[in-house]
Amino acid sequence: MTAANPRLRRFVEPSALGGFWPALGFTLCYLSFFVLLPLAALALRPWELGFSGVWRVLSAPRTVAALELSFGAAFIAACVNIVFGTIAAWSLVRYEFPGKRILDALVDLPFALPTAVAGIALTAIYAPHGIMGELLTPLGIRAAYTPIGVVIALIFVGFPFVVRSIQPVLEDLDPEVEEAAATLGAARWRTLTRVVFPAIAPSVITGFALAFARGIGEYGSVIFIAGNIPQISEIAPLLIVIRLDEFDYAGAAAVGLAMLSISFVMLFVLNALQAGLLRRGAQT
Amino acid sequence: MSDTASLERRSHAARDPGPMAAVFIVLTIAFMTVALILPLLAVFVEALNKGIGLYLSSITESDALAAVRLTLFVVAIAVPLNIVFGLAAAWAVTKFEFKGKQLLLTLIDLPLSISPVISGLVFVLLYGAHGWFGPELRTLGIQIIFDVSGIVIATTLVTLPFVARELIPLMQAQGKDEEYAAATLGASTWRTFLQVTLPNIRWALLYGVLLCTARAMGEFGAVSVVSARVRGETATMPLEVEILYNEYNATGAFAVASLLALFALVALIAKTILENQFAGDLAAQRRH
Repeated sequence: MTAANPRLRRFVEPSALGGFWPALGFTLCYLSFFVLLPLAALALRPWELGFSGVWRVLSAPRTVAALELSFGAAFIAACVNIVFGTIAAWSLVRYEFPGKRILDALVDLPFALPTAVAGIALTAIYAPHGIMGELLTPLGIRAAYTPIGVVIALIFVGFPFVVRSIQPVLEDLDPEVEEAAATLGAARWRTLTRVVFPAIAPSVITGFALAFARGIGEYGSVIFIAGNIPQISEIAPLLIVIRLDEFDYAGAAAVGLAMLSISFVMLFVLNALQAGLLRRGAQT
Repeated sequence: MSDTASLERRSHAARDPGPMAAVFIVLTIAFMTVALILPLLAVFVEALNKGIGLYLSSITESDALAAVRLTLFVVAIAVPLNIVFGLAAAWAVTKFEFKGKQLLLTLIDLPLSISPVISGLVFVLLYGAHGWFGPELRTLGIQIIFDVSGIVIATTLVTLPFVARELIPLMQAQGKDEEYAAATLGASTWRTFLQVTLPNIRWALLYGVLLCTARAMGEFGAVSVVSARVRGETATMPLEVEILYNEYNATGAFAVASLLALFALVALIAKTILENQFAGDLAAQRRH
C-alpha cells in the first residue's frame, strides 16, 4: 500500500509490521479533537476583542495582580521545594531510618490526592483555629485567606516533582567518587559543593521547572485556602473561571493564552539552562 | 533496585552516620509531616469529628451517592479511551520510523503542562453557548458544556498522556525484534500485538491505567469549568466536595473527601507494590 505511493514511502520507513496507518491515524484524530482544536480556539478567540481589547484585558490591574500572584507564588513555592525536596531526596536515598519506606511512598501523595481534597484539608489546618493556624497566629502570621496560603498550597502540589526528579540521579551517583574526594582530603562541604551539587544540578532544575509549571496553573488546592480577594489573593486560573461565569469568553481566553504563553517561555528558558548545565557537566 | 545497588547504598549509609545525617533526616521527617501527612490526617479527622453516625449518613446521602456514580461513570469512559489512545500512539511511535515523531511526542505530553482550568476553558470556547460550534450543536439538540459529556471530554484531555507516557519509553527500550520475528513467522499484525507486544507491556499498562484512573477520579479544575455543578446531576465527587464546603457543610464535604483520600491511599499502595514487584517491567519508571 505504501509502496504504491512514493511520497508516503518517504514519510514512513518500510517495515515488516502492519498497523502503522490505523494507529497513527487514530492517534492524530484523537490529538486533533482533544488537543489541537481546543488549543486553536484558545489561541484565536482572544483576538475577537481586537489587539487593543486583548491589551485592555491583560493590562487591567486585576489581571496583572492575578498573573503576578500565580507566577510569584509558584516561584516561591518551587524555591522552597527545591530546598526541602533536595534534602528529602538525599535522606531517602542515602540514609536508613525508621519509616523511610512509608515516607518514600507518601512523597507521591500530592499526585494521588485530588486537589480539592488537599485544598479543604490545608484550609482546615491553616485556618485561625486549625492546628497550624493556632501555631502561626501568635507569631503574627496569617496563612489562610492570604497569599501565604497560596504559597503553602503550591508547596504541597509541587513537592513530589522535585523529589522524584532528584532521587534517580542521587541513586546513580557513585558514592566512590565522593569517597575518593574525601580520601584525597576534601572536606565534607567541599565534596558536596564540588562533586554532588554539579551532578544533581540539572535534575534540580527539572524538578523546579515541573513544580513551577504545575504551580502556575494550579486551581483546586489553592482556591479554598486563598480567600480569593481580587488583587490580593486571587489567582489567574480563578480569574478565568470568573470571566467564564460572566460569559466573557474572549476575556477568559486572553488570560488563559497569556498564562500559557508566559509559562511556555519560562519552561523554554529553564530547558536551555538545564541543557547548558548538562553540556558543562559532560565537558568536565 | 538491584541487590548490589541496595547493598552498596546500605554500606554507604553505614559509613556516613555523621551529624549531617541526623539533621537531614529530622528535616525530612518534619517537613513531610507538616506538608503532607498533616493534611491527609486532617481529612479523616474533620470527616469524623462530629461522630461516625453523621459521617455514615453523609456518605450515604443520595447526592453523595449520585456523585460517586457520576465519577465512576466518567472514569469508565475516559480511562478506556486513553488506554486505546496510549496503545495506538505507542504502537505508531515505537514500532515505526516516520517524520515528525518528535513533534507528536511533544503533543502527547502537552496536556501535562496546561492548567486544568485552561483544559476546561478550551472546550467552553468550542462547545459553550457562545462557542465556535455551540450554537450549531444546540440546534441539533446536542449539549456538551454543562452536561455530563463535557465532564467526560475535559477529564479525557487532562488524563490523556498518562497511559501513553508509561508505554512509549518501555516499548522503545524493548525494540521491535520480537514483533519482527512474529511477523516473519506469519503472524498477523493483530495477533502479533495481542500475543507478543501486550504481554510484554502488561505491567506498564496497568501502572499507566492506575495513574490515569487516580487523576480522572480527582480532577477538579477542568471539570468545574465545564460542569453545571448541579448536585445529584452534574457534580462529580470533587465538585460535590466543593459545593458542600461552600454551603458550610464541612462535615459533609470532608466525608466525601475522605472517600477520595481513601482511594488515593489505595492507589499509592498499588503503585508502590507495582514499582517494587515489577521494576524491570516498568522501564518507564524513573526510579529503581
